[in-house]
Amino acid sequence: MTTMIRASGLTKHYGSVKALQGLDLEVPEGKVLALLGPNGAGKTTAVRCLTTLLVPDAGSAEVAGVDVLKDPVGVRSRIGLSGQYAAVDEHLTGYENLVMVGRLYHLGKARAQERARELLARFSLTDAADRPSKTYSGGMRRRLDLAGALVAEPPVLVLDEPTTGLDVRSRQEMWDVIRELVGGGSTLLLTTQYLEEADKLADDIMVIDHGRAIAQGTADELKAQTGGERIEVVLADAEDRDAAHRVLTEVAAADVLVSNNGRELTAAVHGSGTGDLLRVLQGFERETVTVLDIGLRRPTMDDVFLALTGRPAEDEQATQEKTQAEATR
Amino acid sequence: MSTTQALTDGWVVAQRNLIKIKRVPEILVFVLISPIMFVLLFAYVFAGAIDTGGNVDYKEFLIAGIFAQTVVFGATFTGAGLAEDMQKGIIDRFRSLPMSSSAVLVGRTTSDVVYNVLSLIIMALTGLLVGWRIRDGFVDAVAGFALLLVFAYAISWVMAYVGLLVPSVEVINNASFIVIMPLTFVSNAFVPASSFDGLLYTFVTWNPVSTLTQASRELFGNNGNMPVPDTWSMQHPVLYTLIWVGILLAVFGPLSVRQYRRTTSR
Repeated sequence: MTTMIRASGLTKHYGSVKALQGLDLEVPEGKVLALLGPNGAGKTTAVRCLTTLLVPDAGSAEVAGVDVLKDPVGVRSRIGLSGQYAAVDEHLTGYENLVMVGRLYHLGKARAQERARELLARFSLTDAADRPSKTYSGGMRRRLDLAGALVAEPPVLVLDEPTTGLDVRSRQEMWDVIRELVGGGSTLLLTTQYLEEADKLADDIMVIDHGRAIAQGTADELKAQTGGERIEVVLADAEDRDAAHRVLTEVAAADVLVSNNGRELTAAVHGSGTGDLLRVLQGFERETVTVLDIGLRRPTMDDVFLALTGRPAEDEQATQEKTQAEATR
Repeated sequence: MSTTQALTDGWVVAQRNLIKIKRVPEILVFVLISPIMFVLLFAYVFAGAIDTGGNVDYKEFLIAGIFAQTVVFGATFTGAGLAEDMQKGIIDRFRSLPMSSSAVLVGRTTSDVVYNVLSLIIMALTGLLVGWRIRDGFVDAVAGFALLLVFAYAISWVMAYVGLLVPSVEVINNASFIVIMPLTFVSNAFVPASSFDGLLYTFVTWNPVSTLTQASRELFGNNGNMPVPDTWSMQHPVLYTLIWVGILLAVFGPLSVRQYRRTTSR
């Protein structure tokens, strides 16, 4: 199988901030790789290096067989990029935006116009086609931006946090659109902060932290490594903590986590946890543990991070602010 | 990448910028009102206070200066437009497209020529109303307008470079005010060069805004009997101004393109 995106040893520093520290990745043709990580993990920097927006300090990369550093223009004609912030001109209508992009891909005026109409129809934007895009909702703007990335039908697509900041419904719509694209055989590199998103859309997930890959695998492989669903318990009385901890440990795939106030416990369980949940409830009854709330939830990126690194996924900025706040205290 | 490519891509970007004029006509209204205000303010408020030594009617003398000041200020639009593109993220879209890397800059500076043409028309009409006249023939007058536009185009490239460097639109507006205000006021645009002394006089006579003003004043036939300072720059104002145009384009053209290639949205 042909490798459509390949990066090796990508390194980029901004002053003392090490945004990328030797990142390697490969995406085979027709596959989807998700880069999963918190803000400041280096996802956007990686995307910018691969899409020729940024020159890495060290390392090399190839997209669709073209060297990113030696032939950036060649790369640009083979990729479609949709960024974290919808890169559309707010004064132009949806149609005008897409025609402009098509003409800058050198499709020719007539073909650019035809392609703009096709894409507007495909992304359910036909009704809004002749309205300035500043009147669009957040979800519509993202769809327009994604349409912009598809104008030249590039073999490689790069989507940088395509659903960050969208409401649940727009996110769902975006997922449907992306799934359809992948079904059509595009090779896709996607960055996200949501495990669920990576799980739904990607064949392969790479977890990155401080500009390095810390784990890689399919969603199932990652779950096997970091535990599946979580059972979360809120105790009525902190005195029941030890008993609750004992019961949860019987089903847990890893150490049971206890919150600072001693009343909230979280246990990662193997696979789907409904059977385990039942056993925990029975155990609580036996030990007469009273709970205010108990539930099963899917693992999030934070859980994956905690399991892999032993610390919560905090973004750089939040960490810095916290250190500053602690310093001033 | 070929020059033709840069021009066709640049034209696509220029069209995009011009659509904004259509969508937000308020911008244009303000662009056009401020020169009218300047013409009226100087023609009626300061005319009596500024001494032209009886060599020329002040209103006649003034208009070329207002033209020069307005088109030079107009270059701020170039910088502000680019700073806005960076802030809004669309620069990332452009940079990820296989287009010529000078197209965004060519497009922006070109669309700003349109702004300047419109404001020159409005100012000329206002000037005619307050008594300004073209006295030296049509061809010379066209040459005068062309020189104003060419010089403004060169300043646009300076502002393009600044626009790619600054963090926001507000910064560029303030920064350009600090630079352009002294350049246009410490010149012969509003008062005769002879009213300055010493170092200021030297600055005024070699300031390209002065020579631009002097050149268009002479091309419109508005210099009257006003003595021309005895420096090479003021004696050859068209040539001296064009030399500046060449230098600015040669320096800031490549500098801006290089900066554009390195830049990403904020």
